[in-house]
Amino acid sequence: MTATTVAAGPRAALRPPLAVAWLHARYQFVETLRVPIAVLGNMLFPGLALLFFVIPQRAVADDPVAATAAVGQLAVFAVMSACLFTHGAGVAEDRALPFDGYLRTLPARPGPRLAGRVLNGLAWAYLSLVPLALIGTFLTAATLSWAQALGAVVMVVAVAVPFTLLGLAIGYSMSTKAALAVTQCTLFPLGFAGGLFLPPQMFPGWLDAISRLLPSRAARDLVVQVTTGAEAPGLAAPVLLAWTVAFAALAVWAVRRDEGRRFH
Amino acid sequence: MTTTTPGAPPVVVEHVTRRFGAVTALDDVSLRVEAGEIVGLLGPNGAGKTTLLSLLSGLRRPDGGTVRLFGGDPRDPASRTWLGTTPQETGLPETLKVREVVDFVAGHYAAPMPRAEVLARFGLEELAERQTGGLSGGQRRRLAVALSLVGRPRLVLLDEPTTGLDVEARHVLWEALRDYHRDGATVIVTSHYLEEIEALAERVVVVGGGRVLADDRIDRVLDLVALRRVTLTLPGEEAAGRSALRGLSGVQDVVDAVPAAAGTRFTLLAADADAAVRALVASGLPFHALEVRGASLEEAFLALTARGATAAATAPVPTPEVSR
Repeated sequence: MTATTVAAGPRAALRPPLAVAWLHARYQFVETLRVPIAVLGNMLFPGLALLFFVIPQRAVADDPVAATAAVGQLAVFAVMSACLFTHGAGVAEDRALPFDGYLRTLPARPGPRLAGRVLNGLAWAYLSLVPLALIGTFLTAATLSWAQALGAVVMVVAVAVPFTLLGLAIGYSMSTKAALAVTQCTLFPLGFAGGLFLPPQMFPGWLDAISRLLPSRAARDLVVQVTTGAEAPGLAAPVLLAWTVAFAALAVWAVRRDEGRRFH
Repeated sequence: MTTTTPGAPPVVVEHVTRRFGAVTALDDVSLRVEAGEIVGLLGPNGAGKTTLLSLLSGLRRPDGGTVRLFGGDPRDPASRTWLGTTPQETGLPETLKVREVVDFVAGHYAAPMPRAEVLARFGLEELAERQTGGLSGGQRRRLAVALSLVGRPRLVLLDEPTTGLDVEARHVLWEALRDYHRDGATVIVTSHYLEEIEALAERVVVVGGGRVLADDRIDRVLDLVALRRVTLTLPGEEAAGRSALRGLSGVQDVVDAVPAAAGTRFTLLAADADAAVRALVASGLPFHALEVRGASLEEAFLALTARGATAAATAPVPTPEVSR
């Protein structure tokens, strides 16, 4: 055994925050990857929805604008789902593990750890778009110019931020079981009412009016605008921003409350 | 933010009180541990051991008093670069491999112990590629304790490191910890097994009911708990015999009384068995079938904490005195 002795000399500094964030992102990614069913469920559902609900309707699939919009709204759903599950169910699960308490005794601040978690969620959000992009490219008339594609990549972050915050609010305020149920109960109604499965053009007037106030609808309209050029309602950006602020407040409240309860 | 001071002792706890609702887990506890010591924290479940460790590792803050880690506040991550703690073995990330868990923890330190050395110290080399979910309880426990050394800490806190392990695995862990202590580290280990503390510690701090009941060299505390168990039969009812026996000098407690063929069979704990037997003879009690043997460590220990708790309630000096 090569005996390195106990640390001697002046006390070592903390590792740089970025290094710690990257470390946590990497290992959380690997952890998620090792449970393939969680990954597949997240990644396949939007792709399957595209395959079963859009591809058979050739009127939509063969029309470049309609097809691109259909892929775009399912992409919003994919990102929303990745963010809500990674953070809503994932955080609640981690909080229940004693390992979480151990990690808090390591010499690292909570900020970089949280950043690592958000990075991991973002990575899965991007990955969940891969099946959609492939199916959209090869089986529909959906097209994107390079500028539109770049816009779409940026939009992923804009959509991911509010739903990451909502996921954190759920994950930090509930038990594992409750968080899983609440995540699902949030995801599907928001998806449906937000026009992510059926285009909002098919909504009756009253549903369309409610829909326009939802974060999922605002995100969808903005994504469709970026990818197809169809003008989004003027309210879309302010609505998404307002929800982002509200979810941020909720997330901060949940994290603080959890700190107070478990680590006072 | 506080900073750690060079030369400051690893642990200084001063008049610390910590409550959980109506329960007082720690009641005005003071403790100082110098560099290079290996200290056993001994006490029954609920005595406050784990609470004390959670304060030292920065997980919780005291309601009153101060906790210092190398002169710094343990709530500040920078104060914890010299600290090593151990996760509960049930909580390891199941899907990560042993080497990945070690590397992940190592990633939090500027100059961690090389992975090969961590694994070698605890005989984990063969298991490096296994996912932690597939390890046996003993293997997980070894990994959990190994993680406490990954950052090459100067202070290691171990909460019940070998509870539930078989004898052999326990000895492997103890040897690894003694090795690391010889390298110059300070170690604090909690246990409710006197045997474990005896194997590891040089100094033992007995806690009970949230207070420090005894704090001394291990051999002194062992003397303190060197009780004898005296068994005898007295004719007649339990109550009469019990009160007569309690009054004898040297008798600490009457721990058991069962009806026997010719009366009642009593079991006493005696701090000084010689004195107790002499008093018994002098009292003229018509006893028979006298047996004297060493009390089990558990019995002795429970007696010590029970006595300490009553002493602490009435007197500010909690160390129980036993004439030897």
